[in-house]
Amino acid sequence: MSFGRRAYVVLWKDVLIECRSKEALNALVFFSLLLLFLFQFALGGDRDHLTAALPGLLWLGFILAGLLALGRSFLIERENDCWEGLLLAPGDKSAIYLGKLAGNLLLMFAVEALVLLLFVVFFNVDVAGVLPALVAVIGLGTVGLAALGTLFAGMTAHVRARELLFPVLVLPLQVPLLLGTVRATEAVLSREGLAAVGHWLALLGAADVIFLVAGFLTFEFILEG
Amino acid sequence: MRRTTIRVLGWLTVLALLLGLVWGFGVAPREVTQGNVQRIMYLHVPSAIVGEYVGFGVLFLASIAYLLTRSERADRLARASAEVAVVLLAITIVSGSIWGKPTWGTWWTWDARLTTVTILFVMGLAYLLLRGMIEDGERAARFGAVLGILAPLNVPLVHFSVYWWRTLHQPPSLLKPGPSMISGDAIKDALYINLAAFVLLYAYLVATRVRLLRREVEALA
Repeated sequence: MSFGRRAYVVLWKDVLIECRSKEALNALVFFSLLLLFLFQFALGGDRDHLTAALPGLLWLGFILAGLLALGRSFLIERENDCWEGLLLAPGDKSAIYLGKLAGNLLLMFAVEALVLLLFVVFFNVDVAGVLPALVAVIGLGTVGLAALGTLFAGMTAHVRARELLFPVLVLPLQVPLLLGTVRATEAVLSREGLAAVGHWLALLGAADVIFLVAGFLTFEFILEG
Repeated sequence: MRRTTIRVLGWLTVLALLLGLVWGFGVAPREVTQGNVQRIMYLHVPSAIVGEYVGFGVLFLASIAYLLTRSERADRLARASAEVAVVLLAITIVSGSIWGKPTWGTWWTWDARLTTVTILFVMGLAYLLLRGMIEDGERAARFGAVLGILAPLNVPLVHFSVYWWRTLHQPPSLLKPGPSMISGDAIKDALYINLAAFVLLYAYLVATRVRLLRREVEALA
């Protein structure tokens, strides 16, 4: 089996399981809705107040939902000796990382689309005309976040205090992503255009590449369990 | 490292630190604009430089060495370096805060360099937490090495993002960070002597910690 084929098999397996159980998606949809309520209640009804904070809130929502979505991505492998199965799979182990990452990206994009839709409806975010730019920014940020999250999810799958350790590892390392995406989202929503934040996009791209390469190279050490 | 070597290193550190104190308080003149407060620099800058560059640099290299060779010595070096780096960065943040109050008028500001050092500190803490939460030594070493590579790799990203974040929102007008007041030669000398003393201190602490970690393993074996 080629590298791409092996990654695809892992992705296909995860998508199939999710399609049949809808375990993660159902909970995440509900969680996103609750987050929206929380933001609204915490910040009050003042429109100006909310508008200034919207890019930050949007990414806080993505990150909180992402922590839940990514953190559980390897738990399913602990049952029925699946972990041993992954270990015994022939060839480069980074294919498994790629497959897991792709599955996580699909899940994150689905949740982010929903959160964005809820923001448009509830907070009156005007995305008309800037949707492609917004999607590009969200894509850049999500790839980096998922690359980090997938790696650390594999790492914490065996640790007792997993729910505690996973955010503690991901949150400090994703700071550059958060700063970049919030600023770029702000520029997009205020119609400044992406050209004004070109250096931020370059930084996000660099972060994605660094996290992806680091994930590819170190994942086999994590898969050892 | 042999026990006697470590001991010699320790005494050298004490000497260098004493020399640094003499130079910092005795030889170096009172700074013109800031007065005696500026002398915090002799603690602040060396701990920042050694913690940030030497501490995280050694962590990065030792982590790579561990994943390549699986040598327990490399792992002990990485762990010891991370521990000492976290202590030094804590000293940096606290001394910077004490320095900031009289000069900037505030204990804390989200200035670019301050924020960068703080994020490094938090990443160091995360590394120590990860190591502390895994009982199996070999697994802790392996996972620690992965984080020990990722966290230093993240430093340039943190540096640029935090810098742009601050300068785009609020260019430094009054709150100019850093030792921009290095003017006299005696002040420079005092800074260099203290920097050398902190490098020695780092080496001594890491050597002692590595030895202790080795003895722990031997005692349990």
